[in-house]
Amino acid sequence: MSVSKKEKLYMKHTISVLVENHAGVLSRVSGLFSRRGFNIDSLAVGVTDDPAVSRITIVADGDEYMVEQLEKQLNKLIDTLKVKALAENELLSRELQLIKISCTPAQRSEVLTICEIMGAKIIDISTATLTIEISDTTAHLARFEELIKPYGIKEIVRTGVIAIQKGSDTIKK
Amino acid sequence: MIKAAEAMVKCLEKEGIKVVFGYPGAAICPFYDMLSKSDIKHVLVRHEANAGHAASGYSRITNKPAVCIATSGPGATNLLTAIATAYADSIPLIAITGQVSTDQIGCDVFQEVDITGSAEPFVKYSYLVKNAKELPKIFKEAFYIAGSGRPGPVLIDVPVDIQNTLIDFDYPETIDMRTYKPTLKGNSLQIKRVCEALKASQRPLICAGGGVFASNASAELKALAEKASIPAVSTMMGLSLFPTDHPLYFGMLGMHGVKTANSAVSKCDTLILVGARVGDRAVTSPNFLAETKKIIHIDIDPAEIGKNIKTDIPLVGDCKNILSQLSECLDSLNHDEWLAELREIRNNEPKEDETQGFVNPKMFLRKLSEAMPDNTVCVADVGQNQIWTCNNFKIKKGRFLTSGGMGTMGYSIPCAIGAKLADMSSEVIAICGDGSFQMQMMELATIVQENLPVKIIIMRNNRLGMVRELQTNKYEGNQVAVHLKGSPDFVALAKAYGIPAERVSSKEEADEAVRHVISADGPYLIECNVYKYETSL
Repeated sequence: MSVSKKEKLYMKHTISVLVENHAGVLSRVSGLFSRRGFNIDSLAVGVTDDPAVSRITIVADGDEYMVEQLEKQLNKLIDTLKVKALAENELLSRELQLIKISCTPAQRSEVLTICEIMGAKIIDISTATLTIEISDTTAHLARFEELIKPYGIKEIVRTGVIAIQKGSDTIKK
Repeated sequence: MIKAAEAMVKCLEKEGIKVVFGYPGAAICPFYDMLSKSDIKHVLVRHEANAGHAASGYSRITNKPAVCIATSGPGATNLLTAIATAYADSIPLIAITGQVSTDQIGCDVFQEVDITGSAEPFVKYSYLVKNAKELPKIFKEAFYIAGSGRPGPVLIDVPVDIQNTLIDFDYPETIDMRTYKPTLKGNSLQIKRVCEALKASQRPLICAGGGVFASNASAELKALAEKASIPAVSTMMGLSLFPTDHPLYFGMLGMHGVKTANSAVSKCDTLILVGARVGDRAVTSPNFLAETKKIIHIDIDPAEIGKNIKTDIPLVGDCKNILSQLSECLDSLNHDEWLAELREIRNNEPKEDETQGFVNPKMFLRKLSEAMPDNTVCVADVGQNQIWTCNNFKIKKGRFLTSGGMGTMGYSIPCAIGAKLADMSSEVIAICGDGSFQMQMMELATIVQENLPVKIIIMRNNRLGMVRELQTNKYEGNQVAVHLKGSPDFVALAKAYGIPAERVSSKEEADEAVRHVISADGPYLIECNVYKYETSL
C-alpha cells in the first residue's frame, strides 16, 4: 500500500483477538489475511473461559501501517469482540513444540542433560528415537532446536504462539 | 407452527419489504411457494446477477436493504457478481439463496456449491442456516447488519430441508449484537478539531462520496457547504449529491473527472473527505495530497481511515450527524477569493461539431438531460458511456447511479428496473454502451413483463470503447478483442420485445429522438451511432 512505503520498520507483532465461537469464524479471520495481503507467522486458536468466545493469537510481520490495518480489518469483522495488539515488552508468550529426534541408547543421557537445562521433557522413547516436549518462547524453542539438531530431527510439530499480558491487565481492559 | 419457508416470507413482511427480485430453482421452491401467498411483489428477472443489480437500484432509491433471491449452485454463483458490486459500493442487499438439503451438504450433489464460502470476501456477513428455529433471528440480524453502519450485502443460504421444517414464528422486536456496534456519533473533540481546521483554512474543499447517500445526508452536506461557503467536488459515487449547477459545486474529480474539480483538489489547503474511501480512480496521488494538504476524513468505517491516505484529523461516525454538528459549530465563513479563483477555471467543453453520420455522445447527453424532468434517475453503465454521462448528464433534483467501485458492466438496465419500481413517480433512464447492453439485454423482457416505462440509450460504436482507448494510449494502438462484430440491430431487437426504438446518426435525428423519449409513456430505446474514436473525456 502506498502509505506504508515510508515506514519500513518491519517487526513482529502479537495480536490477540476475541471472537464469537461458532462455525465459519476462523475461515473469515484467515481469509482476511490472504485477501488483504498480510503476512502471518502463526495463528493459534482456542476456546476461553466463556465457551461462546474463542481467543485467537496472531503473530504477524509488518510495519506500523500494516498492524493498524490488520487491527481495523479484524475489528470490522462482525464476529469480532475485541482486538488488542500486545506490546513486546508487556506480554508473556509461549509456544508448545513436540520434536522427534534420532537417538541411540548411548546418546540418551546427553540429550537428557540438554533437555534438563532447557526445560524440555522427554515424553516418548523407542530404540532409535526420543520424542521431546518443550513449551517456551519462540526464541527459546529456536535455541533448543539448534542444540538438538546434531542428533537428527525426524519431525517437528508446533502449536503457534499464544500470549497474555503481564501483570493484572487483561485483554478486556 | 408454520413452515420455515413461510417464516422467511413473514420476516420480509416484518421488515416492510414490498418488492423482491429473483429467479427460482429446486432448492428455493418451498420459499417461492409461500412467497406466492404474500402481498410481496416478486419480479422475475432473466439472469440472477440482474436480480442483485435490480435490488441494488431499488435499495439506492429507497435507502433501505433490498432483497434478491436465487436457487442453489449456478443460481447462487450467478448472484456473486451482483453481491460483489453491492459490496464495493456499500449497498445494503439481502441475498437469499436456496441450498441443497442439510444431510447432502458436502456430498457434491446436484446444484451444490459452497456459496457462503464463495461470497465470503465480499459480503458484510453471511449465514448458512443449520437450525430452522434461528431463521427469524437471522433475518432480523441480517437486515440490521446490512442497513446499519457502513451498509453492505448480507447473504442468507437456506437448505431446502430447513425451509420445510416447522417452527414457531416469533420475530424479534429488538436486536443487540455484542460484537457489532457501529460508531454513529462523532467524537466531540474531533469535531472541534475539524471546526478549528476549517476556520483556519483559506482554501477548504469538500470531497463528497457515496457514503453521504448511504447516510441520507445530502441536505446536511449542502447546508454545511452553503453555511461555511466551502466549495465541493464529488467522487463518481457522490455524483448528484449536488445539482450540477450548484454555485459551490465543481464537478467530479479523479482520473475521469473534470479540470475544475481536479484543479480544486490540487489548489486547496484543506481537503474534507466525507463518505469517500479515496479509491484509486478518484484520488490518483494520495501521497502528494497527504504531504501538501490538511486531510480531514469523515467516515463511518474506521478501517477506511488511513487505509489509502494519511489523515490529519480522522472523524468516525454517521456523516448525517457529523455534518449537522459541524454546521452548528461553524459560523458563516467567507471564501470569496477562493471561490472566484475556482470559477475562473474553465472545463474543456466538448466540441459542438460532429463526425458525419454520428452523434456526439457528450452533446447528446447534455441536451437529453436538460430535456428530462427534474427528478430523473439516471443510471450509467460502465465504460466510455459512463464517463460521458458522469461529466455531461446534468443533474437537477434527480439521482445519478452507477457501479462505481466494481465497474460492473451490465448494471444499468437491471438497476434502472429496481430504481423505477422503488419510485414510480420519477423518470428513469439507463445509459449503456453496445458492449454493456449485450451483457444485460435479456432484461428487456423484464421491462415488458413488468410494464415499466424505463428509457434506454445505447451508445453504439461497435467497440468496447474504453478498452480500445486504453489500447490506443498504452498498447501502441494494438486493438485486441474490442471489436463487437456480430452485434444485432438493437432497434429491431427492441421491437422484437415490443419496445419502441429508433436509431440516430446525426444531431438533427438526436434532437428529434430526445423529444420521443420525453413523450413516450412506456419504455423507449435509442441506439446512438457514435464515432469509433470518440474519447472518454
